[in-house]
Amino acid sequence: MKVRTDRIKEMAAAAAADQGLHQTLLAAAGRFRQLRQGGVAAFDDLEKARDQGRRVKERCLAELDRLLPRLEKQVRAAGGRVHWARDAAAARAIILGLARARGVKRVVKGKSMMSEEVGLNQALEQDGLEVFETDLGEYIVQLAQESPSHILAPAIHKNKQEIAALFADKLGVDYTDDPEELTRIARRVLRQKFLQADMGITGGNFAIAESGTLALFENEGNIRMSTTLPRLHVALIGIEKVVETYRDFDVLRKLLTISATGQKLSTYLSLITGPRRDGELEGPDEFHLVLLDNGRSRILADPLLRQSLYCLRCGACLNVCPVYQCIGGHSYGWVYSGPIGCLLNTQLLPRGQGGPAPFACTLCGACAAVCPVKIDHPKVMLHLRWLMAEDPAWPLPRPPAARLGLSLYAWLATRPAGFRSASALARLLAPIAAPGGKARLTPPAISRWGRTRRLPRWQRPFSQRWPGLRRRLGNREEPS
Amino acid sequence: MIVTSQPGDAVSSSPKRRRVSLFIPCLVEDFFPEIGEAAAVVLDRAGVAVDYPEAQTCCGQLAYKTGHRSETRRFARHFLETFARAEAVVSPSGSCVSMVKNYYPSLLADDSTWAQAAEDMAGRVFELSQYLVDVLGLKDLGASWPGRAVYHDSCQVSRALGVSEQPQALLRAVAGLELRELDGADTCCGFGGAFSLQFPEVSERLLDDKVAAIEASGAEMVVSAEVSCLMNIGGRLAKTGSPVKALHLAQVLAGKEARS
Repeated sequence: MKVRTDRIKEMAAAAAADQGLHQTLLAAAGRFRQLRQGGVAAFDDLEKARDQGRRVKERCLAELDRLLPRLEKQVRAAGGRVHWARDAAAARAIILGLARARGVKRVVKGKSMMSEEVGLNQALEQDGLEVFETDLGEYIVQLAQESPSHILAPAIHKNKQEIAALFADKLGVDYTDDPEELTRIARRVLRQKFLQADMGITGGNFAIAESGTLALFENEGNIRMSTTLPRLHVALIGIEKVVETYRDFDVLRKLLTISATGQKLSTYLSLITGPRRDGELEGPDEFHLVLLDNGRSRILADPLLRQSLYCLRCGACLNVCPVYQCIGGHSYGWVYSGPIGCLLNTQLLPRGQGGPAPFACTLCGACAAVCPVKIDHPKVMLHLRWLMAEDPAWPLPRPPAARLGLSLYAWLATRPAGFRSASALARLLAPIAAPGGKARLTPPAISRWGRTRRLPRWQRPFSQRWPGLRRRLGNREEPS
Repeated sequence: MIVTSQPGDAVSSSPKRRRVSLFIPCLVEDFFPEIGEAAAVVLDRAGVAVDYPEAQTCCGQLAYKTGHRSETRRFARHFLETFARAEAVVSPSGSCVSMVKNYYPSLLADDSTWAQAAEDMAGRVFELSQYLVDVLGLKDLGASWPGRAVYHDSCQVSRALGVSEQPQALLRAVAGLELRELDGADTCCGFGGAFSLQFPEVSERLLDDKVAAIEASGAEMVVSAEVSCLMNIGGRLAKTGSPVKALHLAQVLAGKEARS
């Protein structure tokens, strides 16, 4: 997937001007929030569960070096194969290699952000394979030749009229914007693809080390079909998806579905331990698990940044993020979006390629308040801002004037007399420095601010008012 | 005009008077001094001895939130030095209190001279309503301000400090004031400090949503415990000629006469 994270400001500005997009996102995110709220209301002690979930992720990631080999051993014992991929290119090569060796022609896919992360569809198509997304939202996005704009709802940026027009154009069906009819059309098309496919590719929500089991949650049934109908099933997951036991899994799976859609359990839950065994009627001939690092072990090394890897991909943080609901997923310029996207894009991409994503946030904290594993997004965001501002390994070009201004401000902050003199000078210059005044002393960004809001005016400062004020207060004691 | 409180107006003085040091954020110092005055009046009326350490400058929030930690340490050390002898530090701005309370300790954790001071300060710095309700146990300050109001639940007050009930309890006790529900009360107003300069279009869109919700509520005033939100929301209301006023909680509690 093309990286455009450096253009986040321009893309956000364009998206913010799109009132239709904003309304679509507000409505869709609002529905998700309502669903979550309904589930949360019926959930017994969510706070306790979130703490438990957090501890499970902390422990499992701290013991990754022990859990991953255990997972591999158990998957093998169940008849599956495990592949290790250091980066996106390695993951693509492994899956392409499998497809070639087995003479695969058609691939059906379950929704997977990992697949977006490694640019899998493009690689497979370039190799002459036919690739079909089978999640309804993902199918819509594929037809439109776009990328998903939400972890959970890939086509959240489209309203039903846009989808109707897309189906009429690409599938040659009569225009209908009835969601049920549109779903029927997609189902009819995709049913054929399932039956013809040689390989099913999915992601995975959790991998349980003690049994070598892959867990997949969905509501449409397409993942169940992708993992059972084709003769090959390949699952691509990040190394952070491993948990140790079924007990760990049980803690997290409740949090995942409640946070995503307010469900106690999704409509389908597939627990896959190896391929079809002798005597079994259903399931693939081969099961391959691809474990991808792609920068994750580097994130793991930093004790504060590490929590970015606890993410369950429930999407709750996107649904409460005011910025996300204004600019949509595509504006973030790479695979992930919203609060978690600001963190993951910045850290998964090579340093310096993430753009100013951690600054595309008002630090309002709505995300952290709903995160099922208590990721403190604002804290991580601030940590990344610090690395970008002060660590040469994290370059972010910054206007020298802003930097100089800040240094001066910090210098003055420890010199009260200088601090007061500087504001007295600014107050004096204010009449001519104001936007529209004789001197152009107001920075453009402040002038811009003032185009839509009345700029605050310099007043006789509090410090000068204090002596008079103090005499009027009931308090007559001298400050100690 | 500042109303001089009468001794024993709303609260009887305890044998040992509590003392607070006012922490006046830079935005209040230069642009909204009347909010600082109102905060002083309210604390005075609550029977607290108020002082104002004159060496104070700024908490360094802007530097910190744009990633400049080494610069921010200078602000932090200066703040801790200035308020070293304060019994309690109270400010009419949630974000500045959050800066001191939530970030100074980690910022200075490796500074052998200041680490302990930062930890101690975190336990005695308060946002105004937090101090009035949680520390003093007050709700009714005898204030009167007739009109329909909504409360904007600022992110840096509600989520960063966990203060949301306190200011609303204080407002409910104001005579004549009708506190209405605000749709999306705890949704960000789009300010976000440097965010509003770096992503102006997004900031404006969020602000317009906030202003629309305020206007739809039928309120005559929007009240907040965070100065920067008020600058943002009030600036938009004024620019569009809206009759709705943006007021700080302290101004409402001080009473109409305090609006110099």
